[in-house]
Amino acid sequence: MKKIEAIIKPFKLDEVKDGLSGLGVKGLTVTEVKGFGRQRGHKEVYRGAEYQVDFVSKIKIEVVMESGLVQEAVKVIQEKARTGQIGDGKIFIIPVEETVRIRTGETGQEAI
Amino acid sequence: MNAGDTAFVLISAALVMLMTPGLALFYGGMVRNKNVLGTIMQSFIILGIITFEWVLWGYSMSFGPDHGSIIGGLDWFGLKGVGMDPSPDYGSTIPHVAFMIFQCMFAILTPALITGAFAERLKFTALLLFILLWGTFVYNPLAHWVWGVGGWMGKMGALDFAGGTVVHISSGISALAAALIVGKRLGYGSTAYIPHNVPMTITGAAILWFGWFGFNAGSALACNGLAANAFVVTHIASAMAALSWMFMEWWHRGKPTTLGAASGAVAGLVAITPGSGFVGPVSAIIIGALGGVICYGGVLLKSRLGYDDSLDVVGIHGLGGTWGALATGLFASTKINPDGANGLFFGNPGQLWIQFVSVVATMVFAFIMTLIILKIVDVLIGLRVSEEDEIRGLDISLHNEAGYSL
Repeated sequence: MKKIEAIIKPFKLDEVKDGLSGLGVKGLTVTEVKGFGRQRGHKEVYRGAEYQVDFVSKIKIEVVMESGLVQEAVKVIQEKARTGQIGDGKIFIIPVEETVRIRTGETGQEAI
Repeated sequence: MNAGDTAFVLISAALVMLMTPGLALFYGGMVRNKNVLGTIMQSFIILGIITFEWVLWGYSMSFGPDHGSIIGGLDWFGLKGVGMDPSPDYGSTIPHVAFMIFQCMFAILTPALITGAFAERLKFTALLLFILLWGTFVYNPLAHWVWGVGGWMGKMGALDFAGGTVVHISSGISALAAALIVGKRLGYGSTAYIPHNVPMTITGAAILWFGWFGFNAGSALACNGLAANAFVVTHIASAMAALSWMFMEWWHRGKPTTLGAASGAVAGLVAITPGSGFVGPVSAIIIGALGGVICYGGVLLKSRLGYDDSLDVVGIHGLGGTWGALATGLFASTKINPDGANGLFFGNPGQLWIQFVSVVATMVFAFIMTLIILKIVDVLIGLRVSEEDEIRGLDISLHNEAGYSL
């Protein structure tokens, strides 16, 4: 089992979700996050005063799946989340030791 | 006694009352979310403090029998003799007590305006004492000078229909004194103090605009043509200033902002206040449009000069009020109000000088008195919260509450 963590542009969330659903991914978790990468921050102006805002709003998707699906899932995320502009985000792949479904106590593949 | 006039003044009083919680929202949206309740409370609780002060001695000091053209006596302490019969001097067609409560709302709003200058760092106990002293020793004399029978500014012929000097210059210049004495917020220069809820600020601006009709039109103290004119020019000036501020910022910073449009609307309301009973619609267009431009320049000043007037009370109320008071000396016309005077553009250059004297006197008096009062409060209880409390935010550290929870 692997977990994919993808940081993407917020407006790309729906496309990415639909893409992953199409692969048979049954659930994912989404968080609103802030951070910076090469895009750095942006400027905001209040009453004529300019402020540098270092952290840009992004969406973090976390999704756990069987290892065999990972390559394709990464391809789909990259395809759907890409605009070609700086700040499109990153994808991280992390090994998962175990999964437990709280309601039934099922573990492993069954619990995903 | 006139039933229509009485109904109008009572409703106007209620409109002006609403301005203070409106101001609380206007200010509350502009601070960081850890200080939203502390900031709202600084305005809201003044409804309590000043009402108490006004009924006991404030109204008497402002409008009671004159002593040396400087101050009213304490003859009307506790509203003694201020009853249901009209006063011959203050709204002769409405109950005296209706005039009293209308004026009470002005006395509440004015110190609430100052709180924007020291937002996010003042002790609550210091605020309570400061407001009580400021209302007593700054607002009451100023109100007497301009509106009280026998007050020297009124006798001199200074025109101030609804409070350009008494309300806006006094609060704006006191805000400057307060920003200087209280000092900058922690992290000034390195922290971005970004407004946490601009929609809340716009809501507050809308309530201010609405309430301002009571402020200016109600100052006619009668339901008549003068009140209607004041209503119209108030609306025009606010509309024009919202536009002019927006275009200024658009040109200067590249984008039109909602906060700018709302700030401009308030700047226009400030600018038209003293002249609202003396100027016509075309004059109001000019007063409003220039008001927005001047106040936009005013809010840029603070970073140039290096004082931390958190929410731009100096830039908007100080400068806007000054422009409005002087503009009254330019645009006033006896065609609008035969009891007023003509301004420079209507053949009476002397009026501009009278307005200028009233502006300078208000500034000097309010600035020095505010410095003295803040020094006294500082010695007695201290002005600022501790660094730790300032970092935690006033909501938790002063009030044990959070504005927002998950």
